[in-house]
Amino acid sequence: MTMLGRTAQNLFWMSRYVERAENMARLLEVGYRMSLTSRREGGASEHLVSMLQAAEMDEAFAAQHEVADVDTVAHFMMFDPANPSSVYSCLQAARTNARSVRTALTTDMWESMNGAWLEFSQIKPRDVRGAKLLGLLQWVRQRSHEFRGALLGTILRDDGFAFLQAGNFVERADNTARILDMKYYVLLPRSSLVGGEIDIQQWTLILRAASAHRAYGHVYHDRYKAHNIADFLILRPEMPRSLVYCARFVQQNLDLLAKLYGRREACQDAIDDLLSMVEDSSMDKIFAHGLHEFLDEFIARNNRVTDTLSASYNFY
Amino acid sequence: MGETTPFDEMYNPDGTVREPYRALSEWLAEQPDRGLALMQTDAEAIFRKLGITFAVYGSEEGTEKVIPFDVIPRIIAANEWRKLSKGIEQRVKALNAFLYDVYHRQEILKAGRIPEKLILNNAAFCPQMMGLEPARGVYAHIIGVDIVRVGVDEFYVLEDNLRTPSGVSYMLEDREAMMLLAPDLFQRSKVAPVENYPENLRRTLQSVAPEGAGSNPVIAVLTPGIYNSAYFEHSFLADQMGAALCEGHDIFVDGGKVYMRTTTGPERVDVIYRRIDDDYLDPLTFKPDSMLGVPGVFDAYRAGNVTLVNAPGTGIADDKAVYTYVPEIIEFYLGEKALLNNVPTYNCTDADQRAWVLDNIGDLVVKEVHGSGGYGMMVGPTSTKAQHAEFKKKILARPDNYIVQPTLALSTCPTHISGDVAPRHVDLRPYVLVGDEVRITPGGLTRVALKKGSLVVNSSQGGGTKDTWVLED
Repeated sequence: MTMLGRTAQNLFWMSRYVERAENMARLLEVGYRMSLTSRREGGASEHLVSMLQAAEMDEAFAAQHEVADVDTVAHFMMFDPANPSSVYSCLQAARTNARSVRTALTTDMWESMNGAWLEFSQIKPRDVRGAKLLGLLQWVRQRSHEFRGALLGTILRDDGFAFLQAGNFVERADNTARILDMKYYVLLPRSSLVGGEIDIQQWTLILRAASAHRAYGHVYHDRYKAHNIADFLILRPEMPRSLVYCARFVQQNLDLLAKLYGRREACQDAIDDLLSMVEDSSMDKIFAHGLHEFLDEFIARNNRVTDTLSASYNFY
Repeated sequence: MGETTPFDEMYNPDGTVREPYRALSEWLAEQPDRGLALMQTDAEAIFRKLGITFAVYGSEEGTEKVIPFDVIPRIIAANEWRKLSKGIEQRVKALNAFLYDVYHRQEILKAGRIPEKLILNNAAFCPQMMGLEPARGVYAHIIGVDIVRVGVDEFYVLEDNLRTPSGVSYMLEDREAMMLLAPDLFQRSKVAPVENYPENLRRTLQSVAPEGAGSNPVIAVLTPGIYNSAYFEHSFLADQMGAALCEGHDIFVDGGKVYMRTTTGPERVDVIYRRIDDDYLDPLTFKPDSMLGVPGVFDAYRAGNVTLVNAPGTGIADDKAVYTYVPEIIEFYLGEKALLNNVPTYNCTDADQRAWVLDNIGDLVVKEVHGSGGYGMMVGPTSTKAQHAEFKKKILARPDNYIVQPTLALSTCPTHISGDVAPRHVDLRPYVLVGDEVRITPGGLTRVALKKGSLVVNSSQGGGTKDTWVLED
């Protein structure tokens, strides 16, 4: 059956918001853990602010709050409806999109989405502290996995599938690129080969925020090194949150759309552009060209994928 | 009628169980102590998870609520259903003939069988429909007839609901839930299926596509959007039919033809099952400030390039003031006597009738002519003196705005009330489809007034629903 442009749009964004909720939960978990282990005076707050930066929420937070303590930050990232990227706002937006396109979702997907929202919206923020916060953050990730599982297990491999998958991985690519960009200075090659304590903390934050701290060991069999970390999250094809993996995934799905609709559009060129940028690179080239410049360009080209996709398939 | 004991659908006056309810009665007796209460909890969870919700206008607690579902089904015997469905078929045929007539030659007015003023000065009359030829001559394709039972063989039609009646998704989901909750009860009974409704709806809609639409006409369900109280139903039906669920801005008119905006460009639409009121359907023809509709869609309809379901202007046939004349209408067009009763209705513009109504208001039901959903009505016996006085004032101020009927002793069905089973008043809304043929789904939506003694079954007023079983021979 033919699909409304609005339906495609809702599917794409629903998937993005689910992914974003998951990423926010992961970031908050990292910030929370680091703030617990900090023994320095004011260290906890620094970690939280650094995490807010990675989430690009530091300015919005500072506009509302003076002190970055665990409870305030957690509330802001989890429950604040005024924060458009809070887990609350993401799940609500995902569910609103889902409601608009219920007919394009399978029952399992809808129940997963709707169930997640209903449970989350009934939680009283006041009751979520300490160990309960960690439990809830894990719950958010699990619900995101469950939704993806329902999607993979039940939906037809048609255009709806392609829009959902593209949304998921465009968002993930954006997220990984932004975390790297916010922290790019701790990844730059320096004269000293061994990082100081601060570096290691920052590297841990980056890896954990991408659920990559365990996998890192499996791939590099080495202690944390800035070069490896950047390589892992940018160029490693086996790392499911790396830029190259995400871009390839989006390309496959846009190719599927071109095949289904029998026509290539501007968005297929845009994703080819994005992918060639990472595929034709090496870490040496990237560092030579400038890591920050590279990430900036990646984010811009990734945005162009969304823009051209919206125009190519009549989002409005 | 107001004073009599209501008809109990399960028990005879001597306490024995009526035949259609025998299996249910045995099953109820076998249920363990907390059995029904547990089932009720499960049912609530099923409905919420599926997202079967409705919005209550003016409710503070957020917009989505689950409509209460009662776990004890309502049962109608095969022979009872045969009578009912014959009567319903007769009614919908006559009403469609009436609509064709009032929008063409108006023979019934010329014959003086209905006062001309009542039709032509009626807000529900749609002059834009004059002379328009709808496909197969059908105006009201989807109808939900509200029926109440007051005795073994006594059924009354309360309302004909010819303007996009809602609730059919509850009929379908109530059945789904009931089969999950009590499969053993189904095994003991022969229950007519209701599951064919979406397929029948699709066939009906395709059968009224404009000529030249091709062999597989494209259907769009037009919804006001996710904040509408019946949005769940709109998406549910679109999904079940495999039709596109569109909002106004998803559809546009170009060169007199109707298209939807798809991922691959414009695609022709042949039939629009619209769940938007007439007034909001097309800002170029009706309310100019409507943001919900599709500009130009009425002209495309007039040109025969798209079919609107139901047609605009069907409200003239289910208007509360025209209702009184339905027996006339049946006789005029079909030459038959009405098979289903109309509720006697008092006309407040007549001085004698009005005086009688004002004297007896405590025993009567007062309804606003254009009200619906249980809003703007008063049930005399269950209202306070102050409410009686208030409605007396209203009637005096605008006698033409109200109709008045005796309070019917609605039948009762066994209903689960916090662990116990107690009789509660019910009504029935069977769903009828009119296209290449008349299709009536055996069953319908049973609404139940959960408050003891209450006669108001509307979900907006604390009513619930029951699965409705029509038994097969």
